[in-house]
Amino acid sequence: MDMLLGKLSWAAIPTDPIVLVTMAAMALGGIAVFGALTYFKLWGYLWKEWFTTIDHKKIGIMYVIVSMIMLLRGFADAIMMRLQLALAAGGGEGYLHPQHYDQIFTAHGVIMIFFVAMGLVVALMNIVVPLQIGARDVAFPMLNNVSFWLFVAGAGFVMISLVLGEFAATGWLAYPPLSGIEFSPGVGVDYYIWALQISGLGTLLTGVNFFVTIMKMRAPGMTLMKMPIFTWTALCTAILIIAVFPVLTGTLAMLTADRYLGMHFFTNEAGGSPMLYINLIWTWGHPEVYILVLPAFGVFSEVVATFSRKPLFGYKSMVYATVSITVLSFLVWLHHFFTMGAGPSVNAFFGIMTMVIAIPTGVKIFSWLFTMYKGRIRFTVPMLWTMGFLVTFTIGGMTGVLLAVPPADFVVHNSLFLIAHFHNVIIGGVVFGMFAGLTYWFPKMFGFTLNETWGRRSFWFWLTGFYFAFMPLYVLGFMGMTRRLNTYNNPAWDPYLNVAFFGAVLIALGILCTLIQIAVSIRDRKQNADVTGDPWDGRTLEWATSSPAPYYNFAHTPHVHEIDAFWEDKQAGRAYRKPAGYAPIHMPKNRVEGIVLAFFISAFGFAMVWHIWWLAAGGLLASIATFIALTFNTDVDYHIQPDEVEKVENERYAQLENAKGRG
Amino acid sequence: MSELTHQQHDHAHGHEHHHDDTEITVFGFWTYLMSDLILFTSLFIAFAVLHPHVADGPSAKDLFGETLDYVLIETFLLLISSFTFGLAMLASYKQKKQQVIGWLIVTFLFGAGFVGMEINEFSHLVHEGYGPDRSAFLSSFFSLVGTHGLHVSSGLIWMTLLIVQISKFGLTTNVTRRLACLSLFWHFLDIVWILVFSVVYLLGVSS
Repeated sequence: MDMLLGKLSWAAIPTDPIVLVTMAAMALGGIAVFGALTYFKLWGYLWKEWFTTIDHKKIGIMYVIVSMIMLLRGFADAIMMRLQLALAAGGGEGYLHPQHYDQIFTAHGVIMIFFVAMGLVVALMNIVVPLQIGARDVAFPMLNNVSFWLFVAGAGFVMISLVLGEFAATGWLAYPPLSGIEFSPGVGVDYYIWALQISGLGTLLTGVNFFVTIMKMRAPGMTLMKMPIFTWTALCTAILIIAVFPVLTGTLAMLTADRYLGMHFFTNEAGGSPMLYINLIWTWGHPEVYILVLPAFGVFSEVVATFSRKPLFGYKSMVYATVSITVLSFLVWLHHFFTMGAGPSVNAFFGIMTMVIAIPTGVKIFSWLFTMYKGRIRFTVPMLWTMGFLVTFTIGGMTGVLLAVPPADFVVHNSLFLIAHFHNVIIGGVVFGMFAGLTYWFPKMFGFTLNETWGRRSFWFWLTGFYFAFMPLYVLGFMGMTRRLNTYNNPAWDPYLNVAFFGAVLIALGILCTLIQIAVSIRDRKQNADVTGDPWDGRTLEWATSSPAPYYNFAHTPHVHEIDAFWEDKQAGRAYRKPAGYAPIHMPKNRVEGIVLAFFISAFGFAMVWHIWWLAAGGLLASIATFIALTFNTDVDYHIQPDEVEKVENERYAQLENAKGRG
Repeated sequence: MSELTHQQHDHAHGHEHHHDDTEITVFGFWTYLMSDLILFTSLFIAFAVLHPHVADGPSAKDLFGETLDYVLIETFLLLISSFTFGLAMLASYKQKKQQVIGWLIVTFLFGAGFVGMEINEFSHLVHEGYGPDRSAFLSSFFSLVGTHGLHVSSGLIWMTLLIVQISKFGLTTNVTRRLACLSLFWHFLDIVWILVFSVVYLLGVSS
């Protein structure tokens, strides 16, 4: 092995024509973006205003952008798989090499969970939570920037693996012994490990950050039982992150020790136990799905109350349901492997616990329905996503309860029935929720609303596409088709797989509509400007400030006495009242250390993947040095002077007057 | 019902700001430590499951039955270092800069002694042919104990850094906040070691 380059050589560049075309397209796109940014001299602006920002709102927007790019990549993987299975009928080979196909389904799962769903959840938490609780920023703004760049680094590893080496071909949870060095000697699993370790560290820091923010920085008067529901779900998600991401870190570290140091945690020989890995990874993995879906539940709660013009039905039961789900999520992991053979009493316990989760979830569904009942519903795009969710998620929930019955699970375990079930809850729950949230809070991010027509088109394509793509998979599961097949010779499956491919095409059109929606909305941003900061007649504090919110969020910290604080203010005629004067506001400064730190950590990770030991040591030492250096930096904050606050606020009041005059 | 606050409130808030900052940071660090505890938990679980899997190699009883005294000395080095860190904290409350530095140096020496003894134990085992690649039991043993050792080592680096910062900046708000966090970290590692000592060495030898 080469001292300088480790395992890296020209042979690492793939020769598969499909990959080569993708590489060429990526290279051209990359050169175009790079050229445009250089030509318009935007690098300085991006660096100063965005890359080094510690403003939670801007960090949130960057999370959205990266996650949407990763959604395109993850979806490209999905439609390639559906096309492969539509073509590979009757034992045909299709157009994808089996090894390549295995990498695609692994990358699809990893990208969609870690870099799309997680990214969007963290994005919304960043954009919304500090505003909803009346805070200036998160508790540790600099750390927030670090988290973001670690997330980007992780996503970057998955992308780099496309053009340099390979990605894991093991499935998204990389079960050993397949993921061990004996059966996966290439760099694919190493890319997987370091992508998840580095982005996982970022996620853990985000969890700590938001937990502390919500516990310590709420506006005066906002007791826990007066917090907006989205903030409640963000709190529960943060707690889950703190509790389970270390398990992922530990488990992957043990897999790393097996692969790099010849240890025997999960190997087949010397006493290793692959089953230990599967238990550990799912003690992280099951709470992880609640990390994703709870904030989506939070979004629906906000949307349904706003657009039904009613307070949420059963605020308290919603809170208790959220907390129960948080606790119960730790007690169900074994239902992912009933067939392992833990015995009837263990399986029965986990089966029952899984079914019990349906109770608080059912409470939530009824809360949303009763909020809509006798409400004056406005059928806006976020509301459409919410109603699409209610129906779709309920179906997914019921197939989940079916899978929770161990004997039934034995029949459909690892079949397409399972694939249909979890896409049913993740697309119907998380994806719809994130789209509802993005549409709902888009004006708060950018100062103008999204185009409704294209939003509706996107929704209907997604909804119908989803049913076409996944309902056939339930049937195929019952017909005995297992997951992760790249070819099959049962002609009875053929029509269902063709329908599923058609569904994927519909979803592609839905994504296209979203892209058009964004373009059209940017074009029409003047007409759709949100001048009041409250385009939907909202209920919670984020709508009390302008859109986009000023960098200090609120000129004066709001005082809260009730749930739906801003709604109460509007009812009592206290909203938009001009204060007598302003005080200096203490603010953190932008920091370069976050992106520098993430750069060195990425260098370390890349070097570990390719066994370039000098670079690994260098990257690690440089990260530690950067971390030490930042503790010597004392120039970290400043005060915004009252006259500057007054200038910004006066502009806002002028704008509000203007809007009132027009309204 | 909510209302905009009066200016006086913001002023009062401004004065408390540094105090708030410290409280929030220490709370955040405490939260991080709880997550770190869960990282250790996953290693403890692996040890609990894998320690009977000796693969015809030595068991915990074979390896540590004769050398418990050695580990007991290690344990006391770490416990004493926790006590001397406490003395450093007491000195910092009294704003006695030199005393803080003095006690931190004493703490460092005890901590370094602990790490040194651990490295010696590890190299001895590897030399005998009982390295982490010998069996699943030894993989889990080296990883659990080694992770604790790595934590103590990073605590030592942190301590060195703080000694430099205390002499450079004095006992400023920033520095005492870091000192408070390191103190939490150090006592936390003590507690984890008590668990390691009990589970790995004492239970390992008796089973």
